[in-house]
Amino acid sequence: MANAHHPAAPLGGSLVTPTTLLLAALVLVAAGILAVRFLFGLGAVTNISDGYTWGIWVVYDVVIGSAFACGGYTIALLVYILNKGEYHPMVRPALLASLFGYTLAGIGVIFDLGRYWNAWHIFWPGYAQINSVMFEVAVCISAYIIVMWIEFSPAFLEKFGKKELKKKLSKLLFVFIALGILLPSMHQSSLGSMLVVFGNQIHPLWQTILLPLLYLMTAVLIGFAIVIFEACLSSAGFKRPLEMHLLSKLSKLMIWVLAAYLAVRIGDLLVRGALVRMFEGSIEALMFWIEMGLFIAPLVILASSSARLNPSKLFIAASSLMLAGFLLRINSYLVGYEPPIGWHYFPSVPEILVSVGMIAFEVLGYIVLVRYLPILPGNVETTVAQIRK
Amino acid sequence: MSINRRDFLKGALAGVTLLAAAAPAEARPNNTMPAEAVGLLYDSTLCIGCKACVSACKDANNMPAEFSMDEHYWDSPLDISGKTLNIIKIYKEGTGENKDQEKDGFAFMKVSCLHCVDPSCVSVCPVSAMTKNPVNGIVGYDKEICIGCRYCVVACPFGVPRFQYDTPFPQISKCQLCRHRLAEGKYAACATVCPTGATLFGKVEDLHGEAKRRVALKAGEMSEFPRGNINTHDQSSHTAKAAAYLPKIYGEKEVGGTQMLKLAAVPFDKLGMPTLAEQSNASISETMQHTMYGGLIAPLAFLGALTYAAKRNVKEDEHEE
Ligand code: SF4
Ligand code: SF4
Ligand code: SF4
Repeated sequence: MANAHHPAAPLGGSLVTPTTLLLAALVLVAAGILAVRFLFGLGAVTNISDGYTWGIWVVYDVVIGSAFACGGYTIALLVYILNKGEYHPMVRPALLASLFGYTLAGIGVIFDLGRYWNAWHIFWPGYAQINSVMFEVAVCISAYIIVMWIEFSPAFLEKFGKKELKKKLSKLLFVFIALGILLPSMHQSSLGSMLVVFGNQIHPLWQTILLPLLYLMTAVLIGFAIVIFEACLSSAGFKRPLEMHLLSKLSKLMIWVLAAYLAVRIGDLLVRGALVRMFEGSIEALMFWIEMGLFIAPLVILASSSARLNPSKLFIAASSLMLAGFLLRINSYLVGYEPPIGWHYFPSVPEILVSVGMIAFEVLGYIVLVRYLPILPGNVETTVAQIRK
Repeated sequence: MSINRRDFLKGALAGVTLLAAAAPAEARPNNTMPAEAVGLLYDSTLCIGCKACVSACKDANNMPAEFSMDEHYWDSPLDISGKTLNIIKIYKEGTGENKDQEKDGFAFMKVSCLHCVDPSCVSVCPVSAMTKNPVNGIVGYDKEICIGCRYCVVACPFGVPRFQYDTPFPQISKCQLCRHRLAEGKYAACATVCPTGATLFGKVEDLHGEAKRRVALKAGEMSEFPRGNINTHDQSSHTAKAAAYLPKIYGEKEVGGTQMLKLAAVPFDKLGMPTLAEQSNASISETMQHTMYGGLIAPLAFLGALTYAAKRNVKEDEHEE
């Protein structure tokens, strides 16, 4: 096998840099805004209303945030279920990003819940309402966060030299790995299912009983894209060489899944007779074109195998796909949602700053942990030693 | 390395098992009306826009006044909100001279919860804070249980549940058909004070019968209109000329029916009432959920297949290290 992978190793290096300081500042700003929210109510800092009561704190922080955290899901699916061992070096970095993304999405829910002190009711027999799609989403996301921390714990155990415990855990790890595939499959599809009950309040370009499938397929796709995206960024940021052979193979798989997604998406629109709605002169139709364009672009960019060996093309294609998945969610939850009465919504600046602060927190955490824990493949000691001095 | 044939076949097999497990789940039809269902009949043609019901509703539910004018003299809500459960909206077209005419006319519409037979708000609430009483069908809300997720606010096809955005301890507000007054032997405050019987309280069955009777009246024909409570006849009825009713009882079929029925002479979409299918959104969503997750059969089958694959591949993986 050509995939002799090097054991993961901590990167080391300084934690105080202009980048980390900027990130920390953004986190503080968000914390300040949240303090106002908890003192004076959601209306004090957001633009949400009864017409659009779910703003970006739901749609971005939770729905999109968790989808962007699907790198760990996609890679685990490849390595452990489809037995593509060559991607093994990507498991830990992807899992770490997922762990952060999901943990923050979970915390983000609390910021948005009006009566957050009752949040535990969701899990409480007698209160829990199993017909609610949100119940299933909440249970599966919470369980997945716990499962990921367990999956990830070998990295901590390694750091703290708990060899015995690590061994015991490794024996059971396959159970958590299986759960780590099942749970995201369930809740990522359900994030689409949540919209089905809105009926004709969602524009026909998005309202379909296949929403769970569309959300699931795009979650896997975003998982591919985010892994490529993060590999490019972290190679630039930490000055490490890119694992091109892996990334180009990965991107080939990605475009096959993408082609399948587009077939399902367009087929569904045709069957429902909704495709013609893309020609109506509306903001919904325009956004649909942009969304579809962003989905189709990676297919074109990465069509040839030489393109798949070109880092900048890979990066652009991955970014396009992430944006496409982002737009599918924004469009189905916000743009395509028409409340029964004429309302409008655009997020307020403090609202956006909170979401930005959450992203900053995520990036900051990632930087700290890869420098501190054995996460990235340790095959580049010399390069790292060079930047350290 | 590619997926070998055995793996692929196993995967395919697992997929088929999944589908087979999911298939038997039955489509859930619309829920049906509880036998003792109570509700309201609102007749737009009888409404004179006095808004006695708006202020009675505030009193009965201890809701604060809301101001839409610069001078804060009296309660003047423009829409239902976190502070207002019931309002009368006005439709006006052209010169707005003639009552209950679409052209150059005006008409009223009561906006409050319709107490759906198969309510979306109950179906989506993750914590059973929204519930439908199995006997009288009233859709009630319990703030002590609510987590404030506002799924009900987005899901209600009529835009009824409202949230309080200006307090750190918010709750949902929506009409609960004065269920606290029912417990005291009284009935809906809005129907109690309505001077013309435009808002009438009673058993849905009887309200439906009355609605059918009115729709069948000839325009201009003199007729008796009950007021207050159609079942107890606690108030005297009054005589008036029948309006040119549209041959439609709004709420008879919409999203599986509602316990508040509405009559009008101006098309309902003009009066702000959405055009909706007969199949309830709740039944579509729950059928989908039960198909995928009924008895947890499909997820468990999937988990089994995943565990099997993971067990094999994790072992191989460890050999490599
Ligand atoms: S009108 Fe809305 S709030 Fe009232 S019962 Fe129906 S879905 Fe629930
Ligand atoms: S806001 Fe409250 S009542 Fe409405 S769905 Fe959420 S928990 Fe239920
Ligand atoms: S039934 Fe009671 S709460 Fe509902 S609108 Fe009438 S007065 Fe208000």
